[in-house]
Amino acid sequence: MARALRDAGMEVIYTGVHQTPEQVVETALQEDADVIGLSLLSGAHNYLFPRIAELMREKGMDDVLLFGGGIIPEADVPGLQKHGVGRIFPPGASLDDIAKYVREAVPAKKVAK
Amino acid sequence: MTVAPSDLLGRARAGDKRATARLLSVVENDEPGAADALRTLYPLTGHAEIVGITGPPGGGKSTLVNRLTGAYRATTDRVAVVAVDPSSPFSGGAILGDRIRMRERFLDEGLFIRSMASRGHSGGLARATSRIVNVLDALGYGVVLVETVGVGQEEVEVVRVADTVCLVTVPGLGDDIQAIKAGVLEIADVLVVNKADRPGADETARDLAQMLTLGAPRTAWKAPIIRTVAATGEGTDQLIAAIAKHRAWAAESGERDARRRAAARAEVEDLLRDSLVRRLRDRLGQERVERAIARVADRAIDPYAAVDELLRE
Ligand SMILES: Nc1nc2c(ncn2[C@@H]2O[C@H](COP(=O)(O)OP(=O)(O)OP(=O)(O)O)[C@@H](O)[C@H]2O)c(=O)[nH]1
Ligand SMILES: [Mg+2]
Repeated sequence: MARALRDAGMEVIYTGVHQTPEQVVETALQEDADVIGLSLLSGAHNYLFPRIAELMREKGMDDVLLFGGGIIPEADVPGLQKHGVGRIFPPGASLDDIAKYVREAVPAKKVAK
Repeated sequence: MTVAPSDLLGRARAGDKRATARLLSVVENDEPGAADALRTLYPLTGHAEIVGITGPPGGGKSTLVNRLTGAYRATTDRVAVVAVDPSSPFSGGAILGDRIRMRERFLDEGLFIRSMASRGHSGGLARATSRIVNVLDALGYGVVLVETVGVGQEEVEVVRVADTVCLVTVPGLGDDIQAIKAGVLEIADVLVVNKADRPGADETARDLAQMLTLGAPRTAWKAPIIRTVAATGEGTDQLIAAIAKHRAWAAESGERDARRRAAARAEVEDLLRDSLVRRLRDRLGQERVERAIARVADRAIDPYAAVDELLRE
């Protein structure tokens, strides 16, 4: 995923797996990222996305796009989007589509992941 | 965030990290307001201890930076890391992965980590890096660690912002150690053999010592060779001590002033060149320059004659 975004000309900050919401948001803040992309397989999406969105609001990062992908039941997606989460890509979504989505959402190039 | 750079400045100086992050983007990308911000901040610079960490890919630089950061934070209120990674020459994008090694410190209030891609900076990477370091220096970061992959000339230029440059090698580089020699060894103030838990550390240290005896020394400073295991933290204290010793020597011997003067010269000359070119272009008009270029391309005149003609007008 990170590689696909790089190949689409973006600068991707890769922070590794198992980050807490606090760590993710602090990284995006210090890096002045335009986008936070979260890849989840753990099933904790109903906690992680809203918590990250909440922290982003607290820190005034209203102009930063939060989106994600991974194993997330379709039934949960509307709930997440109510919290301000953007698109949720299912496993196997085309990397081109994801890169296109990010590029259209933000003109600038820095992405935290 | 659409906040005027002057507001950002006030908030960043008060310790607001989001404002600091935005301000760094403004100066990194040379956005409107960058020059004014740097003007205001410049008188506040010159206090930070700037340490460059360079060396071949995968040598453990980020892991070592993580260790150094931990040690410096014990004595310094604010520490910053600027980690530069190469951009893809094909897409212009980049994967910036140095942070992974520092994840245990993401929530340290006194630490600011900033990643940077190497390409696409107006005025060059070295200038963008030096602007970033200047901002962090002015904002009260007492130690700024600059990590860059030491493979090419451009990276070498980058670490010139540092007061002390550490070159990180690993055992078993073999012939690659010869490659390091060309250009990079000369700028190293401290030599580090990291991954000293692996076989061959002694040979590598010996090879480095040997290489140091070749060629005329530029100054009286003899670069020490420090063995570290960044993975466990072994050798961190010795490395910190070696950096401190170099810093003291540089201050006393006049080396620090000489470097600062060289950096100031490079900066002023760069800006002068940019500004002269811009003024000249404005005066001549792009159209006239284009016409001259077209004539050179058609072989109607040679490039020297074209420049002579443009400058005469
Ligand atoms: N055995 C051993 N492995 C180490 C040591 N220090 C770092 N490593 C490992 O070396 C690998 C690369 O470490 P990094 O710190 O990312 O190296 P780097 O020089 O920053 O890499 P780039 O930024 O990609 O050039 C990681 O897998 C580390 O765990 C060490 O002292 N001993
Ligand atoms: Mg690194």
